[in-house]
Amino acid sequence: MAEKLQNLVVVTPARVVFTDEVRMVSARSVAGDLGILPDHAPLITTLKTDVVRIQKDGRWRHMAVSNGFMEAKNNRVVILADAAEMAEEIDSDRARRAKERAEERLRSKASEIDLVRAEAALLRAMARLKAIDMAGSGRH
Amino acid sequence: MPSLRDFRRRIKSLQSTQKICKAMKAVATAKMAKAQVAVTAARPYARQIQEVLGRLSQAAGDVKHPLLAVREPKKVCYIVITADRGLCGGFNSNILRTALREAEAHPGAALVAVGRKARNFFRFRKMPVEAEFTGLGEDIKFAFARQITKIPIEKYAAGEYDAVYVVYSKFVNILVQQPTVVKILPVDPPTEQAGQEEKKKGPEPLYIFEPSAEAVLYDLLPKYVETVIFHAILESKAGEHSARMTAMDGATKNTEDMIGRTTLRMNRVRQEGITKELLDIVGGAAALE
Repeated sequence: MAEKLQNLVVVTPARVVFTDEVRMVSARSVAGDLGILPDHAPLITTLKTDVVRIQKDGRWRHMAVSNGFMEAKNNRVVILADAAEMAEEIDSDRARRAKERAEERLRSKASEIDLVRAEAALLRAMARLKAIDMAGSGRH
Repeated sequence: MPSLRDFRRRIKSLQSTQKICKAMKAVATAKMAKAQVAVTAARPYARQIQEVLGRLSQAAGDVKHPLLAVREPKKVCYIVITADRGLCGGFNSNILRTALREAEAHPGAALVAVGRKARNFFRFRKMPVEAEFTGLGEDIKFAFARQITKIPIEKYAAGEYDAVYVVYSKFVNILVQQPTVVKILPVDPPTEQAGQEEKKKGPEPLYIFEPSAEAVLYDLLPKYVETVIFHAILESKAGEHSARMTAMDGATKNTEDMIGRTTLRMNRVRQEGITKELLDIVGGAAALE
């Protein structure tokens, strides 16, 4: 029997990043890791800037998601995020440079606003690098 | 009377003006196409966040949140979105006229100017602005909308403003841009149609909130306000380019008319000259006989 699927849509203000039928969505919410399988109870949550994993036909795909929200309802999962990219879309050099830049800024004692911004940038870069790493190693 | 050479010079100048208008129209057309794509691309996100917020506020019941607090509008803030540049017909003046009318109806209204035209307009009238944002460029980022909303959101939450409106140009179609005033704060939780239908079918499903409805709402509400502003800027951008396209199309046609009329007058003058010369020759010949 074919496995039961659910619809996943990932949207950012700039574009629709992902839309397809999937088996499982695994994400890190502010309260902990969540795995959403079909027929999940209605849920709304805030996501951490981290990797969201998607499983379909036994294969995992990885996606870096920044400042997201996730809603699950009627076998439809919607992720709203400031930014999101599939692992294969991420420019690893750029992410690495962004990470170094953010770390540099955190070390220098900048103003409070800059620190908040640098921290957010660091989290984003780390999520991107993690997505590439996980996709590359086949780990999930 | 202008000489033939004056006419030729005039026509040449009109022709180069026409070339400029044509080029500007072509550029505006290309930019409009891009801006429309951006509006379309931003729509799914706007729709989704609206749906989620609608369900969230429905499911969460009467949650208290500073951005939802309704107060008597004593101090009002207007975010006015115009273009950076002119040469686009009545696009900017239509918005600014609407903004001015609104601001005069609410004495002491705070103003946030987005776009060089808005800033110059208020500066010229010596109206103080709370914040100004110019040099929008073509590629509007979501972070830009966040910068704009930052001050109004903070001041609304602090109780300094009692209502925040955005005045922008709604993109109805290529030919029509409608100056629009939309209230963004306090947030009116959208009641979505789908939710209404489901309500008839049965009770709303019970949602699980991680970590809590208040916490999610706390993150989601500012983002919703940012989305509304982001969308307004994108629409304004598309409207600006289509207004410029229409204006430049009209200008191209007008130069065409002027070239035609000038050519006609030039030919008449030329003809007159020839006739006069002929008469001189005929008269001269007659005198010799």
